[in-house]
Parts: sequence; structure tokens; C-alpha cells
Amino acid sequence: MSIISVKDLVKTYNKGRTKAVDNLSFDVERGEIFGLIGPDGAGKTSIFRMLTTLILADSGTATIDGMDVVKDFKKIRQHIGYMPGQFSLYQDMTVEENLAFFATVFNTTIEENYHLVKDIYEQIKPFKDRRSGKLSGGMKQKLALCCALIHAPLVLFLDEPTTGVDPVSRKEFWEMLQKLKHDFKLTIIVSTPYMDEAVQCDRIALIQNGRFLTIDSPDGIIDKYRETLWAIRSNQMHRLLNDLRQTPGVLTASGFGETHHVTVDPSVLTQESLKNSLAALGHTEIEVTAIRPTIEDCFMDLQS
Amino acid sequence: MKALKYLLVKEYKQMFRNIVLPIVFIILPLAMMNVVPKVATQEVTHLNIAVVDQDHSDLSRRLVQKVSASPYFNLYASCPTYGVALEQLEKGNVDFILTIENDFEKNLYRTHGAEVMTSVNAVNGMKGGVGNGYLTQIIQQYAREISVDEGIIAAPAAEVKSRFLFNPELAYKPYMIPALMAMTLILLVGFLPALNIVGEKERGTIEQINVTPVGRVEFILSKMIPYWSVGLFIVAFSIFLAWRVQGVIPAGHVWEIFLFNIVYILTISSFGLVISNYSDNMRQAAVVMFFFIVIFILTSGLISPISAMPEWAKKVTLLNPLRYIITAMREIYLKGSSFHDLLSQFIPLTIYGIVMGLWALKSYQKNG
Repeated sequence: MSIISVKDLVKTYNKGRTKAVDNLSFDVERGEIFGLIGPDGAGKTSIFRMLTTLILADSGTATIDGMDVVKDFKKIRQHIGYMPGQFSLYQDMTVEENLAFFATVFNTTIEENYHLVKDIYEQIKPFKDRRSGKLSGGMKQKLALCCALIHAPLVLFLDEPTTGVDPVSRKEFWEMLQKLKHDFKLTIIVSTPYMDEAVQCDRIALIQNGRFLTIDSPDGIIDKYRETLWAIRSNQMHRLLNDLRQTPGVLTASGFGETHHVTVDPSVLTQESLKNSLAALGHTEIEVTAIRPTIEDCFMDLQS
Repeated sequence: MKALKYLLVKEYKQMFRNIVLPIVFIILPLAMMNVVPKVATQEVTHLNIAVVDQDHSDLSRRLVQKVSASPYFNLYASCPTYGVALEQLEKGNVDFILTIENDFEKNLYRTHGAEVMTSVNAVNGMKGGVGNGYLTQIIQQYAREISVDEGIIAAPAAEVKSRFLFNPELAYKPYMIPALMAMTLILLVGFLPALNIVGEKERGTIEQINVTPVGRVEFILSKMIPYWSVGLFIVAFSIFLAWRVQGVIPAGHVWEIFLFNIVYILTISSFGLVISNYSDNMRQAAVVMFFFIVIFILTSGLISPISAMPEWAKKVTLLNPLRYIITAMREIYLKGSSFHDLLSQFIPLTIYGIVMGLWALKSYQKNG
């Protein structure tokens, strides 16, 4: 049985004028990392807040390990760990006091579940007497994760845990999640606006405007991609994008850092013919390579 | 209830780690008990007066001397004419003018009666009224003295003798200090709870608490109990200061004061928590609480007596918790009223406290 099962969930704001979550259904399997991936305002936080019993859905049902989020909210609160997007521990209490406090309000102790947080807590232990408000961003995240874990939850809800965190700390954070999943078979639901983090999840849901574009494993989503995708670069990257968009046979063109990703109609354009037409426009050092799409490519494709 | 203990530990830690709060808990009672009774006094002294003595006789000089010797008046200037004195009054140098006519002494000896004129700057009505009363008293006293000394038989007048009960010197301090204690409390244990829960909302920490199994009752109690203890400390500290610094001691029992304040603190801290629960941010909570505190203070009888208010306003004051505590505190301090006599204040205040306490519980919603 799935550990989380959501059916026809709807949440609106402003008396129904803003649809934040539009009739969503999905399941999360035991022991997987499930990612909710989408831009700001897609409805990720609303889903989290409904599942963590903080707000009520307009309609639809959701259960966590068989417990209903409305009827059994008290029981659910014993068994979930939640890390909100905003750092929300007590900034005027020390690292250790925060951890002890959250252990106690869940009627447990640090010692009882120390094995769960050991690897993470060891990293911030040198600062255990520092007030949490004085920690760096990465350390705050680690402490928040410890506090969400200390009562040995069945499911961990992480709302944009890597937003505003530097790339190194982001990488470390994902390694910690992978370890938690591996060592303790913990179910983790995580949301993120960063498409490149999608591959860290076992399954992802791409979400936009309160609706899912697709739910699958990252590879599954990429395999379903049907367009012909090329990465292109030249000596004049900025002009190149406009030129590409005006080339017949190019369906979409968008900047992807060092290269531009272009979907083309292969019956009109070949790599050679594209190179030639770009050279005629004055581009040099032109490189065109067929590539395997990223999740971001898939997202943009599904979006259109 | 085990969680309550740790919630409380957390609240106390936060309270005393805040650099400002513990200092305020000491400074505000100190200021209220030491400074405010001195600066906010309604006793009127050292009034500037100008004298226009046109008679220049022994008897007129004696009157001038008597006025300037009084602690209530400063002889600011002796002016040759009323016009010159009026100029001084218009400039704001003096508030009172005493004019003695040309034939003051002659008239006194001849007709056993003479007139003086007092002119008063009544921009500040209270100061003018009280000062004029003092001046009239001095002149009457003078009239009695000279009728004996100089053998001038003035027309016998009925003499009014007043006896003031409970506060024989009509002293301002024992009247104001009990009320100032109640005011100190509402500024601290009324205002701070109003900012507390909404502060957790603003910092997002309430999210983290809301997903824990911590119950509503435990959470609200953890917010209320610290203010109770701080409030009772402030009461004790204020009673001590009133005694040591101002020499004001309650005529009634100290336990009555504490009993009333336990209920009063419950009422106002719950009031603050209710506002906090309904507010979205701290600014909103502060403005709303400030509004209520100002209204409460103005309609509490602290400054102007409730009996002088229009009927509808009197009814509105029934919703003012400050009204009950100030009345009770004054009765305990000045009259030494027994608890039985104070039930008419205690019962409504207790009902108020229970209603506000339940409301604070009710309005704290975990499900948004």
C-alpha cells in the first residue's frame, strides 16, 4: 500500500478566485524520494500544508499511512516531520536547545533517536551552544533537518529545502537525503524549483498552476520526450538565439547556459543544413550536437 | 502536560534572552512609582503672580506679603498699573494678577470693607480654578487676621469647615499610585502577549509548533503563565517602591491586592493573546492593542472620575477591565475596604478574565 495517497485534492484562495491546487491525485510509495518540481506559485507549498494538516482542503481526500489528514490530524502530527520553506526554528535558542525542545514536544528525547540524526548533527555539533539565528544558511538547513527528524517520523516533508542555499551545501543536502532513504528507508517528499535536482528523486511530479504536467521517474519522463533536441553554440551567443528562432524548421529555441537548446523538425532541417544557414548569417565556431533532454527540456515541452 | 514544562522553559529563555525586556520589567515600575507621581502631579504650586498695589499702605503691603509668602505663589512682578500687569499675563510670564485699589486702607477703616480684584489666566482651566481658590483662601485668611489685629469688625460670615475622609490631606500620591500600578501592568503584560503569538506567526516558528502534537491548551498556557509571573513580580516590586520611595502603604490587606491582580493579569494578558491570534503581523497587533490601551486608560477613572461621564460612556466603562482594578486598588490603598466590600469589583473582573481566557483558547486555531 502507498504511504501517501492523495485523491482529487482542491485548494482555492480568495474565495475560490485563485486555484492553488486543482484537483490533484497522486500516490507516494514507502521509502521513496518523491519530488514536487515546479516554478514559484505552482501550488507546491499548498500541497505540503494540506498534507501536514496545517490547512484544510476545499475538497478531496489525503491519507498518510492510512490516517486521514482531517479526521486523524492529531495522530498524523506524531508521525510526520515537516521542514517549512522559511527557516522556522527559534533563533534566540541555541542549536542544542532547539533540538531538545522539538524532541520533547514530540514526547521523546535526543538520545532515543540520535542514530537518525547522528551523521547530520555531528556536522553542526561544534556550534551546539550557538544561537540558531547566528548560524550560516547551510548549517540552519542541517539543524532544521535534525529537528524534523528527531521524533523518527514516517514521512519527511521538505518544502524547498535548497532554496537560497549555495551549490556545495545543496549537493551535501541531497547526499544526506539519499543516505536517510538508504539507511532508514525513510519516505521523503521534497519540493524544489530547481529542475537539475529532479534526478535526485525516485519519482517526480512536474507541477504548474496547481496541475500536474506529468508524474514519473526522471528517466521515464525523459524517455517520453519525443522531439529532436540539439545543443547549439557559436561565437555570438546572443544573436544566435534570435537567428535560430527565425530559422525555418526550428520549433523552439531557448538559452541553457553555455549552449542553446533547440527543438527542430527533422524533416525540414539537418545538422549540416542548420550549420550552413547559420554560417551564412555570419556565425563562426558553430557546434551542433544532438543531446539527451534534461528535465527542464521536458518541463518546457510539456508546458507548451 | 510534559510538553507544557518545556514550552514554558522555552518562553522564559526567550523572554530573558531578549536584551530589552528584563530591563523594562525593572525600569517601568521604577519610573511609574518614582518619577510619574512627581511629574504628573495635580497639585498646583509655584504659580506666578503679578501684584498691582495702588494703595501703598501698610495694610495693602501686608496682603502682598501674605500672598508672596504662600508656597502656592511666586511674586513675579509688582506693576504700577493694571495695564502693565496684563501685558505680563499676555506674555505668559504670570497667570494671576492681584489688584489692590487706591483707597484700600482708607475704605477698610472707614467702611469696614474694601475690594481687591483677582484676574486669572484660564487657558489651563484646572490650574486657573485651583489657583484662584488658593488666592481667595489667602485673602479670606487675611481679612480674618486684620479684623482681629486692627479691630476692624468685618461682617460675620458663616464659616465652612471641611473634613476629608480616607485621604485627609487630599494628597495626590496615594490616589494615583494604586492606579499607576494597574497602568504599568497593562503596558507590560497586556502589550507583550499581543505581540507574542503574532511574532511566532511572523517568524514562521508557529508552523513548526503546529505540526507537533502540542495541544491548544498547553500552547496558550505556555504563553499565559510567564506573563502571570512577571506581572505578579511587578505588583510586588511596585508595592515595595510605593512604600519605600513614596511612603504610600495600603490601608487594606496586601493579599487582596495580589488576588485582584491575579485575575486582572489573566484578563489583560488573555486580551493581548486574543488580539495576537487575530492579527496577521506584529504592526497590526501593536496598533490595535495600543488603541485599546489608550481607550482603557482614558475611560478607567484614572484621570477623570467615571461619575462625571455621560450615561452612555458610563456603560461603556463596564467593558473596561482597568476600571475594576483601579477602583479596587484605590479602595484597598485608601479605605482599606474588606474583600466583601470589593466583591462588586471582583465578580465582574473575574467573569471578564474567564471569558477572555476562553476566547484566547478558542481563537488560537491550528487549522488555517
